[in-house]
Formats: sequence, structure tokens, C-alpha cells
Amino acid sequence: MAALDIIGLRKRFGALEILKGVDISLEKGGFLVLVGPSGCGKSTLLNSIAGLETITAGEVRIGGRVVNDLHPSQRDIAMVFQSYALYPNMSVEENIAFGMEMRGVPKAERDKAVAAAAKTLQIEHLLKRRPSQLSGGQRQRVAMGRALVRQPSIFLFDEPLSNLDAKLRVDMRIEIKRLHQTTAATIVYVTHDQIEAMTLATKIAVLKDGELQQVGTPSEIYNRPSNLFVADFMGSPAMNLLDGVVRGVNGAARVVVERGGAEPIVLPIPSSADATKLADGAKVIFGVRPEAVNDVESVDRNARAVVKFEAQVEIVEPAGADTYVVTHAAGKEMTARMRADAAVKVGQSHTFALNLDKAVLFDPDTTKRI
Amino acid sequence: MSEALTLARPRERARHSATSRVVIYGLLLFFAVVYLAPLVIMVLTSLKPLDEVTGGNMFYWPKHLTFEAWAKAWGSACVGLTCAGIKGYFWNSIKMVVPAVIISTLLGALNGYVLTKWRFPGHKLVFGMMLFACFIPFQSVLIPMATILGRIGAFGRTLEDATGSNFGLGNPIVNLVLVHVVYGLGFTTLFFRNYYEAFPTELVKAAMIDGAGFFAIFRRILLPNSTPIIIVTVIYQFTNIWNDFLFGATYAAGESSPMTVALYNIVNTSTGVIEYNVNMAAAIIAAAPTLLVYIVAGRYFVRGLMAGAVKG
Repeated sequence: MAALDIIGLRKRFGALEILKGVDISLEKGGFLVLVGPSGCGKSTLLNSIAGLETITAGEVRIGGRVVNDLHPSQRDIAMVFQSYALYPNMSVEENIAFGMEMRGVPKAERDKAVAAAAKTLQIEHLLKRRPSQLSGGQRQRVAMGRALVRQPSIFLFDEPLSNLDAKLRVDMRIEIKRLHQTTAATIVYVTHDQIEAMTLATKIAVLKDGELQQVGTPSEIYNRPSNLFVADFMGSPAMNLLDGVVRGVNGAARVVVERGGAEPIVLPIPSSADATKLADGAKVIFGVRPEAVNDVESVDRNARAVVKFEAQVEIVEPAGADTYVVTHAAGKEMTARMRADAAVKVGQSHTFALNLDKAVLFDPDTTKRI
Repeated sequence: MSEALTLARPRERARHSATSRVVIYGLLLFFAVVYLAPLVIMVLTSLKPLDEVTGGNMFYWPKHLTFEAWAKAWGSACVGLTCAGIKGYFWNSIKMVVPAVIISTLLGALNGYVLTKWRFPGHKLVFGMMLFACFIPFQSVLIPMATILGRIGAFGRTLEDATGSNFGLGNPIVNLVLVHVVYGLGFTTLFFRNYYEAFPTELVKAAMIDGAGFFAIFRRILLPNSTPIIIVTVIYQFTNIWNDFLFGATYAAGESSPMTVALYNIVNTSTGVIEYNVNMAAAIIAAAPTLLVYIVAGRYFVRGLMAGAVKG
């Protein structure tokens, strides 16, 4: 039995449809990340699961039980908010115990639960303090503690790390991952940060304009994006998307990427694409991740298909561990992710090698993957 | 050349600011004196025996310091035909102000809470109409309100015939409390709505998930974090209701009139000599509670209580 089922969920505000029929299910112990650009409906979806928003149509089931008409407090969920939402008039201890107090749990039991949660999160020394006396990271822990003591069947996180600075964010990300691994909690997590999505999730759901674009494991989303939006949104730097034309049919088909004056790049059909669907002369978009574009020496030796081409180096961005090299192909920028000491110079021509093992093809009309 | 100019400037500015300071503080001092002079005269006059008041200069220090005028104002001055001082009326005012302030503040807080955190279709219209209540002049509601109070009084008498008690309906003090609560509601709602508009809604959501109901959220989350606005509202309501004369004079007559009406009656007595010292003492007593509220409550008027609620 799934821990969470969302079936045909719709949400309308007046004439505006925020969620246009969302179907997701999450197994017990899973970590679902809802990701998408601002205004895609991911927070509305989370609020609908929590019961903070009523839904227009569809069903939300938690542990098999339909919770559509249940009050948030009766849905067996706990939520961590973006702003932490700690009650400023209460101490940390009272904050964590407030939910239990509201449910009439006796004082002794409350204290025990608070102590246990505080131990897990290493905030025992902070229990008597007020939220205003805590740092951002400490507030974050307290907010998590408040969720932990409920022992809910699902934890909901609403962009919990977006208020922290970059370093603390990485620390807390690891903390959340550890929490998930040690408690085997079922988690639904909203973020617009695709790195958080990739690192934390066991399952990612990409949303855009209230529609589900793709649901899958991080590797599926990254390597087999189902459409151009997912391909472009997930991954940093973004996937290189080149306009090409199919030449020849069946076994001999090739994708030709014209480059104005320069020699066209001729690419074999990627193994991920269904070659039988391609007609001669059909326009396609060829997608390849920056790490699959390299120089000839450091291209993956195990790659089954490698294509080399010459191009002029336009921008070099050293990023410490890697160097990003921007060049032009078919009127579009193309980013290559090379090793830090790659011998490239701006303005010079360079031989790039494309590893085609993980390349994908898209139909420019439907934007879907072929 | 330009260097010399920039060097000269600070000194010039210093001299300039010295003169402007003298002017500013001189003016402030002047206005402070103008403003405080009446109070000083009131206090001095109230501490003098009557012959000293009528015979001497009002700025003179009392030769025979006496609290007789105060005692008389409190306990034996004539208000209309009864000569028992203003103490009864003082308590009338207290009995009117305290419940009226508490009720109007609580209802205003509740309204503000509903209008910001439990929004319903048409909440803007409702708030707009409540705001409109702030702009209705006192005079225009006098007669309609008198009619309503008359009906309530009649209902109270019916209740009394049936059950033996009118439950306070028709009692002038209760009437005044009702009038002031109704009239003050527009202001208190405005104060609290604007304060709660900026109150983080996520706190309310978190409390909902924690299982707190409508009133539990109000009592445990909203109210404890509303100290600044509660203080503002209490000062505003207390001052307004205590100082009200029109409603008091209209709806409460004789024995049950509030302090302000009684003070008017003392000062306006047409028999015998005018006892300025008693009048002044009575006026100071009448003004004391609002002064006290400012001094006591103003200290708790602290900002930044919300720090730490959300991201810092």
C-alpha cells in the first residue's frame, strides 16, 4: 500500500486553474521531491496534501485513507515551513510540544518526546531559548523537531532550505538526507533548486504550469527527460539542445546539425530514441549534457559512440573542479564540462568530442522525447 | 581652491548647526512652557485656599499649602443638587471604561484575525463598511442610538417582569458600554486588521497542523504576539471613552453620569461663589486616569516582538 496517492488532483482559484490533474503515488519510506519554476503549483500541491488548501477535484489518500475532507491536524502529517514558522512567544521546548499539548498528551509524555527529538537533532542545549535567540540553522532544526515529535506517516517540507546561506544549506541538506535514512520517514519535499531535488529524492516530480511533466527517479529525470522542459530545467549547466535534421532512414539514419559556414556535425541516432519513428528530413532537437561534451583526450573510454567536431572556444569559466567551455553550434550556445586543467583558450579552435551514450532526441513540435 | 572649500565646509556647518540648535531648542522650550502652563496653574490653584485664589496672582506659589480642595472635589462638592463630590461619578466612569475597552479591544482583535487569516468571500466589503464606521460623526448616531437603547430598555423591563432581573439591560452604564463598544469597533478592527495583515500566515498554518482550533490559535498564537497593537488600542480606546462627553450626557443622566458630565456640572454650578480650587482639583482627578494609562502602558510599548518568528 502506498503511503501517499494523489489521484486526478485539480485546484482552481476562480477561473485560474493552478493544478490541472496531478497523479502521483509514493511508497512508504520514499522521498518525493516536487520541483519546478516559481508559480508551477508545487507549493499549492503540498498545501493540498496538508489540507491547508481545499481541492477542486480529485483525491488525496494518505496510507490508503481518503483525506480530502479531513482537517490538517487529522491527516497524520507534519510540515516544515519555508520560514520555519516557530511560535515567537514560546520557548523551543514549548514550540516542539505545542502539537502534543493541543492533542491532550500528558506533560510527562510530552517531555519525553521533546527530549528524544532534541537528542536526534542535537538541540538539547537550546530547549529553553526563544526562537529569536536562535540562528537560522538552529531554527531549521527546531522546525524539524516539531515535525519529528508527531511521528507522522508523511513529512511535508516546503522549501525548507531556501532561507539559509549556501554553506549551511549544504549542511542541512545532508542532515535531512541522514534523517530520512535513519528514520525511514516518508517525505514530500518542495523545492525550486534542482540540485536539492537530485541529491535528496528517491522520486522526483517535475511540474510546470500545474501539469506534471515527468515523475521518475533522479537518474531517469536526468538521463531520460521526457520533454524539452525537463531536459532544460534539470541539470546545471543546462543540457545542450541542438537543432538537427534526420537524413537517411532505418539503419543508416543520421542526425545532421548544420553549422552555417562550418562543416555540419553528423551524429548517429542515440540509442535512447526509437529510430523507426523518424522520417527522412524530419526536424529534431538533439540533447546532450555538458559533461558528455569534452576534449578528445578525456572523453569516456568506454563510450560506445563518440563524434568529434571542431569549434571555436568563446568563453572559458573555471569553476574549480571543472572548467565550463562555451562554444557555438547551429546558432546556439553549447557548454562543455571539462577537467579543470583542460588546455583551452578563448578564440582558439578546439576539437570537441561528443559522448553519445546518454544523448536524447526531442520532437521540436510536441517538445516530447522521441 | 576646491580643496580649501571642502575643508572650510565642516566648520561652517558646525557653526550653522550651533545656531540652528539654539533656535530649535528655544522653540521647543517655548512651546513646552506654553503647553505646560495651564497644567501648572491647575495644580497650583488646586493647592491653595479659596481666598488666596480669588485674591492673588494665579502664578504665585501657595502660601498655605492645603489639600482641602481635593478632598472637597472628591467627597463633598455639589454636582447638581447632591453634594457628595465626584467620587461616585469617577467610579461610574471606571465601570464604563474598563469593560468597554476590554470588550472593544478583544472584538477588534477577533475581527482583525478573521479578516486576515480566515478570509471569506466579501471580506473586503465587510472591512470597508467597518472602516466607514470610523467616519460617522457622533452627532448623527445620537437619535437612532437613543431609539435602540430605548427598545433594549423596554426589553429589559419585560425580562424583569418575567424573571425578576433585567440582566443589566436598560442600565445607563451598560448602555454606555454598548455604545462605546459599537462605536469603537471600527477603530479597533482597523488597528488589528492592519497588524495581523503583516502577521506571518505560516504561523497560523503551523498551528492548524498542530491541531489548534480557531480560538486556540487566536489565544495561544495571535494574542501573545500582539502586545504592541494591544497597547496602542487600549490607550486609544481608554482615552476616547474616558474623555467622551456627548454620549455620556445624552444616555446617562443624574447619578449614573460619567466623570466628564459630572465635572461639567461642578464647574457650571450657578449657586454661590465659584470655587476655582475645587474645580481645578476635580479636573485633575478627571484627567488623571488617561495620564496614568499613558505613563504605565507607554512603557510596554515595545517594538520588535515579532523578531524570530520567521527568517531573521
